[in-house]
Amino acid sequence: MDLFVAIFTGTIIAATPLIFAALGELVVEKSGVLNLGIEGMMLMGAAFAFGAVVAGYSMPVAIIAGALAGAVTSLLFGVLALTFLTNQYAAGLALAIFGSGVSAFLGRGFGSAPIEALQRIHVPLLSDIPLIGPLFFHFDPMVYLALLMFVVISWFLYRTKSGLVLRTIGESPQTAHAIGYPVIKIRYMAVLFGGLMAGLAGAYLSVAYTPLWVENMTAGKGWIALALVVFATWRPLRVLLGAWLFGGMTILQLQGQALGLAVPSELLSALPYLATIIVLVIISQNRQMLALHFPASLAKPFRPAT
Amino acid sequence: MIPRLELRNICKRYPGVVANDDISMSIQPGEIHAVLGENGAGKSTLMKIIYGAAQADSGEIYCDGNLIEAHNPAVSRALGIEMVYQHFALFESVSVVENIALCVRNASDLESLAARIGELSERYGMPIDPHRRVHDLSVGERQRVEIIRCLLQAPKLLILDEPTSVLTPQAVVKLFETLRQLAAEGCSILYISHKLDEVQELCDFATVLRNGKVTGTARPKETTSLELARMMVGSKLPEMHVSPPLPSEKPVLEVRGLSVTARSPFGTDLKDVSFNVHGGEIVGLAGVSGNGQAELVALLSGERTHDRNDAIRICGTAAARLGPDERRKLGVAFVPEERLGRGAVPPHTLWENAVLTAHRFGTVRNGLVDRQKAGAFAKSIIDKFKVKANGPQSTAQSLSGGNLQKFIVGREIALQPKLLLVAQPTWGVDVGASAFIRQTLVDMSRAGAAVLVVSEELDELFEICDRLLVICQGRVSAPLVRTATDREEVGLLMTGLNGNNAIASGSGEFALED
Repeated sequence: MDLFVAIFTGTIIAATPLIFAALGELVVEKSGVLNLGIEGMMLMGAAFAFGAVVAGYSMPVAIIAGALAGAVTSLLFGVLALTFLTNQYAAGLALAIFGSGVSAFLGRGFGSAPIEALQRIHVPLLSDIPLIGPLFFHFDPMVYLALLMFVVISWFLYRTKSGLVLRTIGESPQTAHAIGYPVIKIRYMAVLFGGLMAGLAGAYLSVAYTPLWVENMTAGKGWIALALVVFATWRPLRVLLGAWLFGGMTILQLQGQALGLAVPSELLSALPYLATIIVLVIISQNRQMLALHFPASLAKPFRPAT
Repeated sequence: MIPRLELRNICKRYPGVVANDDISMSIQPGEIHAVLGENGAGKSTLMKIIYGAAQADSGEIYCDGNLIEAHNPAVSRALGIEMVYQHFALFESVSVVENIALCVRNASDLESLAARIGELSERYGMPIDPHRRVHDLSVGERQRVEIIRCLLQAPKLLILDEPTSVLTPQAVVKLFETLRQLAAEGCSILYISHKLDEVQELCDFATVLRNGKVTGTARPKETTSLELARMMVGSKLPEMHVSPPLPSEKPVLEVRGLSVTARSPFGTDLKDVSFNVHGGEIVGLAGVSGNGQAELVALLSGERTHDRNDAIRICGTAAARLGPDERRKLGVAFVPEERLGRGAVPPHTLWENAVLTAHRFGTVRNGLVDRQKAGAFAKSIIDKFKVKANGPQSTAQSLSGGNLQKFIVGREIALQPKLLLVAQPTWGVDVGASAFIRQTLVDMSRAGAAVLVVSEELDELFEICDRLLVICQGRVSAPLVRTATDREEVGLLMTGLNGNNAIASGSGEFALED
């Protein structure tokens, strides 16, 4: 039973950075913009959050610093892709490399000592219920924040007028512009939000998940988040399930390694990536559903006609 | 009376063309005012300027006597100016009511908006289900959505850009009733069209544009169509010569029981499509767009293949599994609907574009492009078809739509095909070039080629086709002989009101059965 609790909670925790990053990217892509630079924004978020803790700031301040670092980094992409209409693929890749380089530079002063991780919550009574307590009421606050963001983003995209506007800008910016919506401004806001979420994801990695600083500590999670959005056919619930799947596989392979399975550990480490992509490829086979949820103008630069 | 809208000396240039040159006009409240002109006369540009989607280089716009200073669509809508675009401004992946909610100020909640939509659509006789997704709607229904969307704002001025080009004749009658009702309620209507008969039937006043200039004003109901046409075109229209067809004994193109599912959720499935095209005749495929034409054209051109090889036979050879190049080897040539992108590569030169399909005609030797021959080939098309271009070195995208279309048609005809497939041959092409292209198609067929024309323009099909097929919801009707049918019958078939069985006993049964 303890093993089950360990796997369950491990899964939820491992999935949390992916949920932040992928949901943020989902909003960006729904507006018709493709930001490939999640990895870079996550690393910036991780570095700033960790740096803030090392500098003696409180945990909430550190996490906010991480989120803002992600948002500011995304602004660089926004200016290139939205104002100067450069190729979005190139601008996004540049951002990924930029973030990785700058965060490594900043991280030189951090040292290799771990910090005290973000505290888990303890709700009186609820957290003490056997089984239920450890399963649901004993995570750190950011796990709950990630789930809250899932609810908020789903509600925003499909229940509010602003969400409708965002989705339609992703389908046809020309039409939205003709009706009179400020396409560029809304896309900027989406990109900034995506940066904020990637920053949170990075902060979670460096102050909660593995509370220490390692260069390039995201280890490709930004790219997995990107793949999650595509294979989840741009739907929030599938993004959430995909992130949990990835988290679950990560924990299972760690358990496998601990049990000493006769499989090379490199192969086991690759398992979460492989399994997530295979499952998502299978569920994204339905072309009809794909066409309905795909933001048709994705990665196409838009310049308002004059 | 203060005019609802007044334009003073509007000018707008694009690189290389003057789209609007010193245009002035005014529209009174409750007036239905036509802006009449050829494709490319500058009508759509002028409407975009009025609506604020484009900015004039100089000139002034007054609404109810007040100068509009900084103009954009949001200003227009605040002033009560609404526009129904020629190519609809609707989002396909969301529902009707959501589409409308995007444009309505103070849209409180979707349910009460849906109720208002239902109420309005009833009042103006345009039934529509607010909860359907737009991609499920026919073109006529989409236009209703656009119009209702405008009406919800209680507009003072409604702009309609070529609203009937996608409608069946019956739907046009319905639309006109709605527009008259609106005008009677005090709404001014700006009606853009190049169709004289419609303008004469509907409009109180007309401003005629040619080459971006106002060439005349008229009261259409008191003016002859000849006079309006003279103002529009500037010279006498060329006359068409259509001699009787000389159909070959065996069909060149045979389609038998062709059924496919659409590749996109926005497409239409084809259901059991069968027809023939003989050498020496022109067969037209009429229908409102989005009824399966795109799928059928993709299958005929080889862009999409079909598992049952004998579903399509070209010159007797089963060809449904062949790709486009193999079909071209059998003697097929193809003029697609999208000139830029399918018909030609936009940034490439004309001679390079000529090589794309003429590589079997001496322009390529041993795998190398013979530039001189390719250039001469392109030059001969430019000369023969009077393409206005800066020689074979000019890029495809630098040509106007009509000139590029002439070049593409010329290129395909130079291949001397046995079967020519043409989609929307004169879409966006000016009257002079249209007449030339149509005459070329007729001459080709009389020289023995089989020609299949897919078009939304009924006038065009009635002008040049020997037999007509009608496509509706993926089904193709039995052939109708042009001389034995009329617009009414074709229009009914286009709406699918008339079951397909009814045609067999109708007037149009074709004599030449295989």
